[in-house]
Order: sequence, then structure tokens, then C-alpha cells
Amino acid sequence: MNLTRRHLLLLLPAAGAAWKYVLAGTPEAAPNYKLTEHWWGMLIDLPKCIGCGNCVRACQSENEVPDGYFRTWVERYHVTDYDIENPQVDSPEGGKHGFPPAKDETGKNFFVPKLCNHCVESPCTQVCPVGATFVSPDGVVMVDKTYCLGCRYCVQACPYGCRFINPKTKTAEKCTLCYHRITKGLTTACCETCPTGARQLADLKNPKDPIHEFLKTHSVQVLKPYMATHAKVYYNGLDGSVR
Amino acid sequence: MAGDRAYAMNTFKDAGHLFRLAGVFVAGILVFLVVRGFLVPKSFGEYGHYRGAALAELAARPVNYAGHETCEACHTEVLEKKKDGKHAHVNCEACHGALAKHADDPASVTPEKLDTAVLCVKCHEANAAKPKSFPQVVSADHASGMPCDTCHQPHSPAMTAEGAK
Repeated sequence: MNLTRRHLLLLLPAAGAAWKYVLAGTPEAAPNYKLTEHWWGMLIDLPKCIGCGNCVRACQSENEVPDGYFRTWVERYHVTDYDIENPQVDSPEGGKHGFPPAKDETGKNFFVPKLCNHCVESPCTQVCPVGATFVSPDGVVMVDKTYCLGCRYCVQACPYGCRFINPKTKTAEKCTLCYHRITKGLTTACCETCPTGARQLADLKNPKDPIHEFLKTHSVQVLKPYMATHAKVYYNGLDGSVR
Repeated sequence: MAGDRAYAMNTFKDAGHLFRLAGVFVAGILVFLVVRGFLVPKSFGEYGHYRGAALAELAARPVNYAGHETCEACHTEVLEKKKDGKHAHVNCEACHGALAKHADDPASVTPEKLDTAVLCVKCHEANAAKPKSFPQVVSADHASGMPCDTCHQPHSPAMTAEGAK
């Protein structure tokens, strides 16, 4: 068959349309979940945290986090009233089994749960040399473990120390904000098991989410705002001594 | 025309080598594009500089904690007990642990019986770092070794005139 200019011009748009499908790849697994309709974050209401360690245990069980590694953990701060710059922080086994009585009950004592801040301008995804870690279109920072080389660039880049190398798979691992749960309409394992409601999953794109009212009416802060990471884990009642 | 070309060829008398080299480059680029087409997954670049299919893979993981709504679908009597008590907003699996397997197959997977002497202190043991408004006790002084459910009913722990149970 002779390909005339007329035929070629007719074929080109068809080829263009077909290419769209090639680029689209595999369809999404959860058909009712629309990536573009969510923007995930979390609210940590510090005055409610009792340091029970439920979140740490739930996270380890839900995500099969190896012993001694943490996707979320709880720190206990002790700040003496004259030395706010130098808080004493402890976190025995990530606070997994709760905390022993405080050594010094004077000054200020409080708990701070930590997890990946799911930064919009995440330093960890920017340094990945192979495109194994990314911010998803719904605002969750995740690792593609089949692509990860285990080079540890991201572990070093995270200003919050939220990543580690899984000793079994030798790939980078971190909080996925329980992506397998939130895409099914459930809350995260840590939020599900938090007895006081100190941790609350927040969908910032959902106008009905109580987070909007909370952010309007409370003094909320993110960790290390000077890093300009645009973190999406919001801390209510965050003390200035918290690092 | 022919004379022009001959003139040009004479001017760059090694032009043939350049064409051959260009051919090698083009062949190399073609091989690169073919190999790349095979090696780069189809979904790479779907949403950004990563494999788009990874999202579906991460979302496909099975859940371990069923979620309180699943529990409440069957255990309505517990919900009734909890709703006016202090533990109204404590989700089932906060104490009972991960029970998605039980929710999938209630007959063969049954949750463990909890020991209140171990369980309750996880939250209620006194600690200076806990918020002052949170009910805390020094368990050794408070109960002298008795399990908490001797007096308190865990689903609605406030003590009533009629007793705990």
C-alpha cells in the first residue's frame, strides 16, 4: 500500500489518540477512589497525647515494620523552665510500650508523636536518583520498593529522620499514611487505635473534613517550618522546644 | 547540480566518514530507544517521575485493623454500652488489637480475652508527661493488685451506684 500524504494526515490523530492509552498505563486498583479528590495530611493534637504507644504498636502490626525500626514513634520531652533551647528527649523503643515514670517531674513534660510529615516540597523525593520515591497526586510521600536501590540518599535528606532502610528488603521504607487503608475509606492504623483522638487523619481537599475548622480556630504549627518543606502534619499546641 | 555536489564532495573530501559516523549515531539512538521502550515500565511518568503502577501496588496491601465501623456492624450491644461512657470515642481495636481477620471470618478467628490488670495501665498509669486532665492512677496504690474490672466496666468505666457489672 502506498502511504499518501492524505492517509498519513488521517492516521496521525488516530496514532495520537492511541498513544494517550499507552501513556495511561494500568488502571487504578481501587475504582471508587479518585486520586485528584484527596490531599492527605494529619493533625496531631498534642495536649491529648498520653504516650500510650498504641500508634507505634498499631503501625508496626499493620505495616510489618521490623523490630527496632519505626514509621511512627513517640518522644517524651522534658524542658526545664530556664533552658528551653536544650530539652531532654527520650523515646524508649520508640515509646512502643509506653514510658517509665519521668525522672524529673519539675518543669514541663509532654509527649510528641512523630511520623513522616508528607511534605509537599519533600527533600527526600528530590534526591532520589532513580524515581523510586515520590509525592503521589493525593499528597502522600511513598517508596516504590521495586525501584529503590537502597542508596540511602533519602534517609539522609529527610530533616525529620522519618526514613530507614529495611534490613530484610534493603530498600528505603517510611510511613505511607496507610495508603492501603485510606484508599479504601478507612483511617490510618495509628489514628484508628489512638484512644484520645490525638492523631487525626485529614483530607485537606474534602471541604467537610473537620480539619478546616480546627486549623481556623487553633494555633497550629508544623515541625521545622524554616526548612520550607510544606509539611502536612499539623501539630496543635506545639512547644517551642520541639525539634 | 551534479557539478555542485562534486564540488561539495571535493571541498569536504572526508564527508563520507561523517555520514557513516552519523549513521552509527542514529543506529545507536534507535537501539537505545528500543531497549528503553522495553526496560521502562509503561506506567512510568503517568503522574510524575516514578512508576504510576506503584500507587496501585501500595494500595493493594491487605488491612490488619478492620476499623471500628466494621466492628460496630455486628457488636451493636457494645456500642450501646460505650456510647454514654468515658470510652465512647475509644475505638474497639485500640484495646482489642488488630482484628480484620476476625471480621473476615468471625467463626474461626476469635479475639483473645484481655487482662485488665495489664491493659488499662497502658493508658491510665500516672506519668508526669500526661495531660493533667487525663484520668491517671498509680496502679499499685489504687487497686492493690486487683484487676481493674473488679470495679470498672471497661466499655463504660465510670463506677455507678449499682456497681460495675
